[in-house]
Formats: sequence, structure tokens, C-alpha cells
Amino acid sequence: MIAFILKRLAVAIPTLLVLIILSFILMKVAPGSPFSGEKAIPETVMKNILARYGLDKPQWQQLLEYIYNIIFRFDFGPSFVYRDRTVNDIIAQGFPVTVKYGFFAFIFATVIGVAMGIFAAIRHNSWGDYLAVGFTVGAQVVPNFVLAPILVLVFTLWLRWLAGGGWNDGQWNYVVLPVIALATSYVANIARIMRSSMLEVLHSNFIRTARAKGMPGWQVIVKHALKPAMLPVVSYLGPVFVGMITGSVVIDLFFSTGGIGQWFVNSALGRDYSTILGITILLGALTIAANLVVDILYAWIDPKIRY
Amino acid sequence: MKLRNVLGVAIAAALLSSTAMTYAADVPADAKLAAEQVFKYRVLDNIRALDPQLVEDVDTAYVTNQLFEGLYNAGPDGEPVPGVAESYTANDDFTVFTFKLRDAKWSNGDPVTAQDFVFGWQRAVDPALASTYAYFVGLVNIANADDIVAGKKPLTDLGVKAIDDKTLEVTLRASTPWFPRTLAHGTLFPVNQKVVTEKGADWTKPENIVGNGAYVLAENSPGERVVLKRNPNYWNNDKTVIEEVQFLTINDENQGLTRWRAGEVDQTDVPAGQYPALEAEMPDQVYSVPQFCTYYLSVNMTDSAPDALKDKGVRQALNLAIDRDIIVNAVLQGGQQPAYSFTNPNTAGFTMPTIAAAGMTQEERDAKAKELFAAAGYGPDKPLTLDYIYNTSEAHKAIIVAVSQMWKEKLGVNINMSDMEFAVLSDRRHTQDYELARNAWCGDYNEASTFVSLYDSKSEQNDSGWSNPEVDKLLADAKLAADPGPMYEQIEQIAAEEVPIMPIYFYAKVFLQKPTVKGWPYDNVEQTWYAKDMYITAE
Repeated sequence: MIAFILKRLAVAIPTLLVLIILSFILMKVAPGSPFSGEKAIPETVMKNILARYGLDKPQWQQLLEYIYNIIFRFDFGPSFVYRDRTVNDIIAQGFPVTVKYGFFAFIFATVIGVAMGIFAAIRHNSWGDYLAVGFTVGAQVVPNFVLAPILVLVFTLWLRWLAGGGWNDGQWNYVVLPVIALATSYVANIARIMRSSMLEVLHSNFIRTARAKGMPGWQVIVKHALKPAMLPVVSYLGPVFVGMITGSVVIDLFFSTGGIGQWFVNSALGRDYSTILGITILLGALTIAANLVVDILYAWIDPKIRY
Repeated sequence: MKLRNVLGVAIAAALLSSTAMTYAADVPADAKLAAEQVFKYRVLDNIRALDPQLVEDVDTAYVTNQLFEGLYNAGPDGEPVPGVAESYTANDDFTVFTFKLRDAKWSNGDPVTAQDFVFGWQRAVDPALASTYAYFVGLVNIANADDIVAGKKPLTDLGVKAIDDKTLEVTLRASTPWFPRTLAHGTLFPVNQKVVTEKGADWTKPENIVGNGAYVLAENSPGERVVLKRNPNYWNNDKTVIEEVQFLTINDENQGLTRWRAGEVDQTDVPAGQYPALEAEMPDQVYSVPQFCTYYLSVNMTDSAPDALKDKGVRQALNLAIDRDIIVNAVLQGGQQPAYSFTNPNTAGFTMPTIAAAGMTQEERDAKAKELFAAAGYGPDKPLTLDYIYNTSEAHKAIIVAVSQMWKEKLGVNINMSDMEFAVLSDRRHTQDYELARNAWCGDYNEASTFVSLYDSKSEQNDSGWSNPEVDKLLADAKLAADPGPMYEQIEQIAAEEVPIMPIYFYAKVFLQKPTVKGWPYDNVEQTWYAKDMYITAE
């Protein structure tokens, strides 16, 4: 197992390097620059700006210096657009916001989704099942950019219970709507995966055996069916976890939370080179890490899997 | 020399007379103030560094306008009112201005001195700071600014000098009677030398920043909110009523409207196309006021343009065939004004030129357009196809769809529209990599040169790449003239004839504001507002 983890980590580093180099090239190839704007900048001023950010150096040198600073100084450089901020500052501000509501959304989606999936599977072809399936289909076809304004309309404008946007240091009434808006479609996906996988497991021989020896129904589910039925859900949860804590771009933008997704979009649109790269690397590293965790969990859940 | 300056003297006299009073929140005796004096203002996600010499956009300027104060502020009607300066004198030809400063303090208690202004202004042109607004200092004629930006002269050569702690002398490279009108711009704010030098790029962080405005920075979370609290060290703090100003980021304008209805913000923009409905629903809370900007289409006037656009008749025909009234009344519906010339009609001291097309009916314009178009050799047998670029936005799209429809119907012109990100559009405009392009310009200070100087063949902002020696000469002469008005008019006439741009409309700022908000400068076309001049009444 240790060897497996080390091997995966050894692959992760070149993967990240390739990610950095590719992002760097794509970014530089894209038309526009961090200093493109309504007002053209006189040549003399532009020269000063480029010199200030080292953008007057050859591209390969910029890339090498950038990688050097990340590896040896953990410094992602200054933002080109927010001139009083470094990329480290930006990540330090935006990432905790997204992690907080992403984490709650993840717990919410997993708990509700798994419970709903199990319930629907046990009550197969009953009204409860139809209701759960109906909900999952409904929640899946309503995208979060449609759901979010509806939530705001109901809970902010009509009921006046919750704030319709902003973050306010993560006060609970600012967090609830982003969490629900982000989690709902995941609840649906998890419930569907859980339901079908649970149905499959419930029809397998070892469950029939457990039932035949007179084990109570709930014990059969919890002790025998749950673990194997969770396998497909766990493999789905890995990317979901990364997707959630790294920020749903739509949710961040709609609720103006100041989260990392909002920064990602704005830095891409504003060609804030260093911020785009910094966030890309962060998200890339998290994705690699989450996939590793999923693989480890797999081995733990399914004894058949050995690395 | 003396005679030429009659108008300049009149302007300066008018400015001086208005300097007698200072401006602050003017609460009537019978007004019932709200217990909580908090003003919540919606902004887009564009609050950048709160460094006055680095501010590029309007929303960030709204924040720094509360945190810092220049020599003069913009009054409720846009006319300068004293800020840190109590008064000024100018020499006969308006090339040297001497400002007398009041006893004002920084938020840390230090006195605000003339040296702080010298430091701030030198900083603006410092090649090491590399401010994108460095050119502004040269634009308003402060001596040697352009050479310093270019690295040809040292910072100390800038035409600004502290005679003593309370006296600031500014030397201009040309007669500039309107110079006091430029002083409310952040680029010309003072900054605290000690703090800026000690803290470096971190000086604008809430824990470090020191300002001389009526408010101090309490929290700065870009993308979410910026919170300002009243500054007890502000010289006119006794008159300040609003305790806290919140700039709340709401990216989506419809979301802004919902949150405004929910009472989460006091002011937000009216979403495109909703003005008539909202106006009917709550006439006392919806405002449409003139704004200091002009919307236009840029025409590529360089050699890279297609042959058709090199033909003046074609450009004139296209320009005439645009029915501005339809754009304004049917597409925009927000109180905008049709434009036939470039300079915004609300510019101080500017008389609108009499553009021939403006006086015609649309039928007459269309007839003339068809005639010119046919004379240029185009028509049903030889249809014209042109490319148009704009930045992705429903509003911009609606306008060009309407315009291209008019061109199609009246002249048989086909338009290939392509939308793109703003960064790409602006780069392509600046390099004349287009045929026709969406464009807009907002004045940086309230004098016509802020618009007409874009016609200068040497201007970086001349997106058309238009070069007309007569216009260049007029612009140069206007800089030295006591009354540049006739020259500006002549420039507009030449532009109307040559059509380097097709003006579409003059902006209106269309917004929703809670009726409890008082003291907003509705008559200031630049919409420069100061929370210190406002107050909130009880419901």
C-alpha cells in the first residue's frame, strides 16, 4: 500500500508540471493581456508595466522562474490585476470560503443522497421509490443556475429568512442557500447511483443467504449490503468532493461569495496570468489528491482490490 | 494675451466664487434620520487595489473617493468644491496654480501637507509604479509629466512643488483654465508618504492603509464586499452623518434587483430593458440621469480597412441610416439621448455643435444615405458586407442587431457580427484589427478635451486610427486658446463629415435607490458621489 501511494505521488509531480506548462502556453496564446482595457496604455507606460512584472523577459525564462518560485518559495507571484495582492493572498481569501460551503454541501449531498438511494431501493416499486426517483430526475434537470435564483426568490425575497448573496464571514444565513444550490443535483446523482447499486446488491446471492438464515432486514442492509453497494458511490464521491470544495463557478458568481470559483472565472476573463496559473495548480493538485484518496478507500471497502 | 483670457477668467472666477462654501451632508431640520446610518451600494466584481494612483475603473474610484480627498471634490452639480484646498489663485495665463491647503489630517493623525500631494502626483508618473493612469497627469497638462513617464526626466521635474506645508504650486505646460475640474480624480489624490514607503505594495491593506477622506477601510474582501467606517480624523467629520458604507459585489443585475427588493442593498442598476416596467411600478425609486459617456461605433480609418470604408460617402451613408430614435426608445428604453456627435452634451462649458444630420428627419437621413450609397457604387447589384466586433453582452448585441437590420433594409448591407471577451475586443480596437467595432467613452474630467482629444492622431485612445492634420492643429491650438469652444465645434463638424466614428447615444445612468437615501448627486453627470454628503432618513 505504501509503495502504491509513493508511486502515485511520483506520478503526480510530473503531471502537475505538465499541467503548469500547458496552462502557461494556453494562457499566453489566448488573445488579450492583463492590461487590455477600454483605455489603451501609452507605449512608455506599457514598457514600465511589463518590466515591473517581468513580462519583458523571454517566455521560457518567465516559465522557469515561475516554476522555481513555486517549488522553492511556495510563491505564486503577484496578481497582475489586483495590484495590492499576491496570488497567495487571493487563494487565502477565496479558498476557505469555497471549502466551507463546499464541505457542507458535500456532507449534505452524501448523507441525503445515500439515505434516499437506500430508501428507494428497499421500497422498490412503491410510492416512496417513485417519489425519490421523481425527485432525482427533477433535481437533475434543473441546473443550479436556474435553481439558485428560485431559492433566492423564495427564501430571500418572499420569506426573508436567508441572505440572497454575499458571505459575511460565513455567517450561517449566508451559507445555507449556496449549500443547497450546490448540493441538490449531487443529491440526485448520489441517490440514483446508490439506488441502482443497492438494488443490484440486494439481488445477489450472499444477501439471499443472509436473509435465508433469518437475519433481520435492517441488519442485512447495514452489515452486508451497504459496503458493497457504496463502491460506485465512493468512486463518484472523489470527483464530487474536489468539484465542491474547489468551487462551483456558477454558485460563486451567482451568490458573489468571493470564493475561488469566482476568482477563477474573473482571472481568466481578466487574463490575470499568475492568478489563473495559481488556481489551476491548486485545483490540479486537489484533483490528484482526491483521486488518490478514492483509490485508498476502494481498497478498504472492497477486499478484492489489492495494490 | 490678456484679452484672450476673458473666458478663462470668467471660469476661474466662477470656480473661485463657488469655493467659498464647503460641501457636506445637508440635513434639513425636520428630517427624521434613521437610527442605522449605513449606505449599501451594489458594485460589480471589479474592486481592485484601493490605491488612488492605480485606480482604473469607476467602481474602485467610488471606494477611493471615500477614503481619500483631493484638493477639490466634485460638487452636487459636478462643479468643483473645496476638498483639502481652501482656495487657489492662478496666474494670468492659467499656467501656474497656487493652492492654499486647510488643516486636514490623515486617518492616523498626521497632518496633510503639500508634500503629500507632491509625493502622490510624482508617484502617479513614476515609471517604477507603472500606473495605467500615468498618462492622465500629462493629459491635464502638468509640466514634464509625459517625459517622466517615458523615463527621460527625473520625478522631481514634475510641475508640482510644496512651497510650504500648506501651499502647493502647480506648473502647467499650457494654459489650462479648467485645471481645477480635474482635481477630483483619484490620480491627483495625496497619499501618505510614510505609510506607502514603509509598507510597499501592502500599504492598501485594511491593517495598513492611511487615508485623508471621510471614511477609513474596515474590511476589504474583493469579490464579496468592501466596508468603510467613518474617519474621526477627517477635517469635516462633525458634518458627516453616514457611519458605514458597504460596497456589495453582485455580479448579476437581476440578482441585484432581487436583493434590492429584499432590502439587502440601497442602490443597484436597473437591468437592461426593465426601466419602463420598474418606472411604472415605483416611479419614486427609479432614476434615469444623464451620464458622462458616449456610445459609438468605431470605424477603421487606416489602410487595413476594406475599400468600402475608405470611401467617405459609404461611411456617411451608414452613419445616416442608423435610426437613433429607435435604438434609444425601443431598444434601450432607459432615458438615453440620441447622439450625432461625440462630446457629451453635459460637458461643462460646452455648446453642442449644430450637426446637419441631427436636424433632419429620419426619412431625410435615409434618402440621403441611399443617395450617397448609390453614388459610391454600392446597391442591390453590388451589395456590401462588413464585419462588426463587440464584447459579449445582450445589450450590445441588441443594439447591433437593430443597426444591422436598418443597414440591411435601407442599404442592403450585410453585417457579420462576432462577439468576444472584452480583453480581446479592446486589444483589437487599439490595433485597428477590425472593420467596425463597438466602442464607448466616458469623460475623465468635466471639460470637452476629455472627449475630442480622442480624435488626435497621436492619441493612444484613437481606436479609429483616424489622422486629420486639421483636427490635430485645432487640438493643439485649443490647448492654448482662452476659449477653445469654437475649435471643439469645428473638430466635431469635421468628424461628422469624415465619420471616423458613428455616435449612437449619450448614456443615462439608470438605477434603483431606496427613498430613504438622501443627498445623492443626481445632477453630477460624472456621478462622483461622496457618502459624507449623504444621509439616510427613517422609513
